[in-house]
Formats: sequence, C-alpha cells, structure tokens
Amino acid sequence: MLEESGTEGPVGIDRGVADPDVGVLSAARADTPRPMMVLNGVSKSFGQMQALSQVDLEIHAGEVHVLLGENGAGKSTLIKTLAGIYAPDAGEILLDGNRLVLGGPSDARRAGISVIHQELALVPHLTVEENIVLGREPRFSIPGSIDRRVQRETAQRALELVGFDGDPRGKVANLTTARQQLVEIAKALAHRSRILVMDEPTASISERDATNLHAIIGDLKRRGVAIVFISHRMREVFELADRVTVLRDGRKILTALPHATTPELLIKAMVGRTVGSFYQRLERFVAGEVILETRALCSAAGLVDMNIVVRSGEVVGLAGLVGSGRTEFARAVFGLDRRTGGEVLLHQLPLPADPVRAVRSGIAFVPESRKEHGLALTKSVCDNLTLPALWKIFPHGLRSRRRADQVARGLIERLRIATRSTRQPVRTLSGGNQQKVVIGKWLPIEGNRRLIIIDEPTRGIDVGAKAEILKLVEGLAAEGCGILMISSELPEVVGFCDRVYVLQSGTVRGELSGAHLTEEAIMKLAVHHDS
Amino acid sequence: MTETTQTSAFRTFRGDTGAPLDPELRSIIARFVVLAVLCAGVALLNENFLSVANFTNVLRQASLLFLIAAGATLVIIAGAIDLSVGAILTLSACVAAGVIHATGSSGLGIATALAIGVSAGLANGILVAGLRLPPFLVTYGMLWILSGGALYYMGGIPITGFPREFRFLGSGFLLGIPVPILIMIAIALAGSVVLHMTMVGQQIVMMGANRAAATLAGIPVRRNLICVYVASGACAGLAAVVALGRVNSADPGMGDPLLLPSIAAILVGGTSLFGGTGTLLGTALGALLLTIVLNAMNLLTIGSAWQPFATGIVLVGAMLADAFLNRRRS
Repeated sequence: MLEESGTEGPVGIDRGVADPDVGVLSAARADTPRPMMVLNGVSKSFGQMQALSQVDLEIHAGEVHVLLGENGAGKSTLIKTLAGIYAPDAGEILLDGNRLVLGGPSDARRAGISVIHQELALVPHLTVEENIVLGREPRFSIPGSIDRRVQRETAQRALELVGFDGDPRGKVANLTTARQQLVEIAKALAHRSRILVMDEPTASISERDATNLHAIIGDLKRRGVAIVFISHRMREVFELADRVTVLRDGRKILTALPHATTPELLIKAMVGRTVGSFYQRLERFVAGEVILETRALCSAAGLVDMNIVVRSGEVVGLAGLVGSGRTEFARAVFGLDRRTGGEVLLHQLPLPADPVRAVRSGIAFVPESRKEHGLALTKSVCDNLTLPALWKIFPHGLRSRRRADQVARGLIERLRIATRSTRQPVRTLSGGNQQKVVIGKWLPIEGNRRLIIIDEPTRGIDVGAKAEILKLVEGLAAEGCGILMISSELPEVVGFCDRVYVLQSGTVRGELSGAHLTEEAIMKLAVHHDS
Repeated sequence: MTETTQTSAFRTFRGDTGAPLDPELRSIIARFVVLAVLCAGVALLNENFLSVANFTNVLRQASLLFLIAAGATLVIIAGAIDLSVGAILTLSACVAAGVIHATGSSGLGIATALAIGVSAGLANGILVAGLRLPPFLVTYGMLWILSGGALYYMGGIPITGFPREFRFLGSGFLLGIPVPILIMIAIALAGSVVLHMTMVGQQIVMMGANRAAATLAGIPVRRNLICVYVASGACAGLAAVVALGRVNSADPGMGDPLLLPSIAAILVGGTSLFGGTGTLLGTALGALLLTIVLNAMNLLTIGSAWQPFATGIVLVGAMLADAFLNRRRS
C-alpha cells in the first residue's frame, strides 16, 4: 500500500524516472525532437479541493497522448486548463519553448489549441460551413460582410481532411453525433490547430464511427498534429496511443508507452490508494429480507435492464464512471425519471413511479448536489429539516411552529449540527453541517425496513464530517434499513459497502462482494475493455 | 457568529434564545412603520386625508388591488407567476354582468364570476404543472385569450346598472364598514392561516424556495401548483364581483390597469419574485402603501403624470430597504 501517491507510483515508477518495464519516456526524450508543448508543475485548486497538483506533461507533434484516470482524477481540469478556461494557480505552460499565458478560450484557439468537449460546441442552427469558419469568417471588402466563396473553400478543404460525407450546407442540428464530431475536428483544422484535445470522443458514438474516427486521428497524426485524448476504453488506448498518462487525485502518476505496459498496470495506477484515512465499518450486519428489487428496469434516461437487490441491513454500493447510470438508477427507482420497462419492487410490492408515493413508502433520497437538489438555501434549518416529513409531523395537516422546532431541535442534537438556532438560514452552515441537514431531514420518517438512497454522501466535506455521516449511515443499516450508496470514492466504496454493483453504460456490468471487492476489480468492470 | 456556526464540531446549539426576529415578521413591522409615518406626514400636509370620506375611499381602492393580488401572491411564493389575473377579472366581470342582465339573479352572477375565475386558474395550473410549460408564457398567453374572450362577448358595448343586492359586495356597508374592506380582511386572514398554519402552506413556501428539493422530498409539487393557480383565479373572480359593484359597469378593458399595480403591491409587500418568501399581510400593506401614495399626490395636487413615477420609487425603495436591512443583519 502506498503512502503518498505523488512520490512513487503503484507500478514502481514515477514521472521522470526511467523504468524500462513500463516504458517511461525520460530516457527516450533525448532522441525525440523538442516537445511541442510542456506543462511544468501546473496546479489548480477550487476552494479546498486541489484539482491539479504539480502536473508535468509533455506533448509532442504527431503523437496521440491518452489521458487516463478515474472520476475526479483531474483530467477535465487539465484539458480545461489547456483550453484556457481555467488559469492555473501555479506552474507554466510552454508552447515551442515560449511561455504561454491563456487569458481565455480564444487565446488558446489563437495559440493553435482546439478542445473538443464531450458536449459538442457547435451552433445547431447554423450550417456545417458556417460553423467551421465561425469566429474567423473570411472578410469581404465591405466591412461586416462575409466572403461566402472563401468561406466555402476553407470549409471544404477542412471537411475533406476529415472525410466528411454529409451536406456542408445542411444544418448541424440534423447531423448525428459522430458527424458533428467530424465537423468539430474540421473546424479545429480550419483554425490551423496544432494541438487537438478530445474529451472521450468515442463515448457516445457507434463502433463503426469510432473506427472511422481512429482512422482520421491516424491521418492527423501523420500531418504532425498532436492529439490529447481522454478515453476509458482500454482497447482503444492500446490501439491508438503513442503514450499514456495516468492521473489520480490531481497528480500525474505515470506516463507510459502502451507496448511496455498492460491494462492491469494502468488500472492499478488509476485506483491506487487515496491519501488520508477514511471511515472503517465498525461491524457488518447479516443481510435480511429483500427491501428493493428491480427487474430489468429501463428508463428514459438510458438505463438498460437493471437488476439490483438491496436487503435489510445491507450497504449496497453503486460504482461506475460518471455517466454510467448510477444517479439515473436512483432517479428511476424514486420516480423522478420516466421508466420505460421492467419493474421496481419495494417489499415485494410494485412501486409506482411517483416521488410522493416513494417518500410515503419510506424511501429516502439524499441527492448528490446539496445546493441544487438537497436544500432550500434561503430557508431555515428547521424548514429544511422538516420538509420530507411534514406529513408525518403534522398528520392532520395543521402546522405548528413549536412542533416543527421541537423536531428540528431533536435532529440538531442527535446529529450535532452546528447552528445557532433552528431559525438560522441553512446557507450560513458549513458544508459538512449542510450535508447533515440533507441526510437528517429523512430521519423523522421512522421505520426499520426503509430504503435509503445516498448519492455521493461525502463529496466536498471535511474528514471529520465524513466520518460522522458514514457512521450515521451505518447506524441506519444497523436498524435494518437497506442502504444504496452511490460513490465515486473507490476506497470508500470498498471499505464501506457490503456488496457493490458496477455499472457501465446504463447497465450492471458486475457484482462484487467479499474478497472480490477491490478497487482494481471495480475499475476493471467500470472501464470499457472492448468497444 | 462564524466561530459558533462554522468551526466547532461540538454542540453549539443553544436553543432559540439567540434567534433573531423572524425575517417575515420584521419585514411586516417595517412596512407598518413606513405606512404609519406616511399617513402622519400626509395628514399634516392636508387635513382632508384623514377625513372619513377620503380614508374610506383609499381603503376601498386598496381592497380591490389586494383582492386581485392575494391569490397571485400565493402563486409567486410557490415559485411561479400569474400574469392573467387582470384578464380573469375582466372576463369574469363581463360574463357575470351579462348573466345578471339576462337572468336578473345576483346569486347566479356571483357564481358565474367565481366559476370563470376558478376555471381559468385551473387551466393555468394544468398547463403549468401538468404540461410543465413556463408559468410566464402560459399566464401571459392566458391574458390575451381571456381579454379576447371578453372583447368578443361584449361586442364593444359596456353593460351597466346592476341590482342593489349585487352591488352590496362592492359598495355596501356592514356595521358602518365598507364591505370590500371586510372581504379584504377575511381573505387576508384566511390566506395567512393557510400559508402559515397548515402543512400545505409550508409546502408552497418550500417548493418556491427550491422546487427540485421539494420534489425530492416527496412534496406534491404539481398538485400544489394547481391549487395556487385556482386560488389566484378565484380571487380574481371575487375581485370582479367587487369591482362590478363599485363601478356599476362592465367593460372589456376594466382589468388591464390592475395587473401591473397588483404585481407592484406584491413586491412592495416583501414577497420575493423568485419564490419561497412572502406574506399576504405584506401584500395588503403593499396595496395600502401604493394606494395612499397615489391618493396623497391627488390631495396635494401633484400632477397625475408623476404617479407611475411614484409607484416606481416606492417599488425600488422597498427593494433597496430590504436589501439594506438583510445585509446589515448578516
């Protein structure tokens, strides 16, 4: 087990240290030409969270450089830094040996860096041609007018390079995602980009389109374009990459040559072991009767045949990458997303897709985003703590402030929420205390066979509050509740859950428990091994 | 404050002794003080202001403004908006006038006005809650549809002259007090009880403060939205009856000049346009404040061109004062 991820990688190598086994490039550096772009000690933090710390990276002309890492490893922050969206707190970016200061996305574009985000950034109601020249339309002699002929020629040249076979004068809105991607690439080429950064370009397109995209990438590579590529598909990584860099917890763990490493080593590098201690379960409980069972649950949000069982006294984890369907599963069970097939059984009885009914049958849903979905920030601690249980606290429909305060006071004491009074606006509380409110408000709906769904319960709160919250969740399991916990923190999932379903592309890819429940096993199931 | 709320993990909760005055109560008191000072000032400048005739007139005018704003206040607290109240009043008044003239029955006229109000509110509610259309667009569209309906129904000729017993609600007296004022008090009380002393009232406030959080907490958001729109429509229907009784005439333009002042009354009363905060008592005080300012300008013979200007000053002044008070507190 590693102490400190930045000092030594889990596969025995570190940035800058040559290791023939995994093929770190430092030795080879002397033979290769000077890198096109160099990142030196780039750091970026958001409040308490260190998103990138001391990242060094070299990007060479004509290479495909794949970035790997689990959720929150810092990949997105890194490419947003390259795109000029974030300014680094420390460190520097060199382009052709010159220091590059990016004041915004337009500076990056001018420097020849184009970023293709997962959500494509084309204007849907403009034509393909118009999109390609957008922002640098060829001017005509009359000010304010556009030279359509030059526009067409520019666009045509770029489209030929990417093998675009659609109508250049058709609207972008009518194109498939794969074709839109080609337009984005063509746009980058028309803008003479030398570095093309792509965030999971193959995540949302078909196998055939992906093959086509690979061919285009190969072509661009030969023209000397540097390609930085985020992917979770292992096969793709090994087919395409010239070099692979693994990020974890905002640090660069290693850069390796694909032919000198293996998927297992890369996965090991991705998961590692997070610094700092995390909550350990005090005891495990014997799983009792089935509380929740879904049979072939499908939803409009993209779930496919989800079969999941949660028993009394059990903490069941849902693991997977962002977009794998974890939150969507919770939403479908709770009745927030439209179900398109299968069934949801709560205590063996069908549960209709209606949040009101879900709450009345004892289901608790602690959402991922406190501020958006969990709290009415301007309202008081009391207002928030009593919200889901109003029907339970005031069974006759008449509300008494004294009774509400009494319930709130009980919860404040029980959860040790640091607040001056029940009437204090919840926005003035610290993150950890807000999270206690988000969870605590479900406690007045008593019952010992409840289903508790918790989405990322420990995100963005300090270690002390984390432990308190997990202890509270464990207490609910001890009472006989079934816990369904969604978490991106793998050590937490492995250490805290009794059983884990790993999701990928909206369906269950595997179920792990006991000795098989390891971070490596989860990541192996979570990433795409084939197409 | 920060050391007790932010850092200590120990029990820092010490009951409600340190709790500040409830912000809503504070905002009501502030408005009451402003109103009293305003009345005293105008009374000093013009002796007619506090005369029974003038003051009754002010209260009558304010009560109509309040009635049309009362239900809409609930809609805004719930996080939506109702721009159709003026048009609902127009259509209710016109059709009710026609029914009274055709049948001679005052009761049927009142029932018609209320039924149209409730139906229009229900339509708004179903479109907003059921079909999830934006409240602004739905009720703005409804404004045109209902106004058009009234215009079509009337055919350009106003209907005037109603039976005495029908006009009682708009211009009668009970125990020496004008009836519209009694209606205003009754609605303000009933509405306040619903808003502050029932579970549904609390649900309405909370869904206005954060719709997503309320939905996730199992609050029947859509049902409650329909309810507040129906309440708003019913209030506009009731306001139509009062207006008919007062002016003794129905015409297809009568509700239009009431919409924007009603929103002003709601906002001056301290209700947040973003939902989640507000009181009916505040809207009543807002209606009084705006009416008294305009009345004082008339008494002091300040040109009527200055009146919209004054409304704007009161509105922005109220927002500024609230912002200032809230900032000082935190």
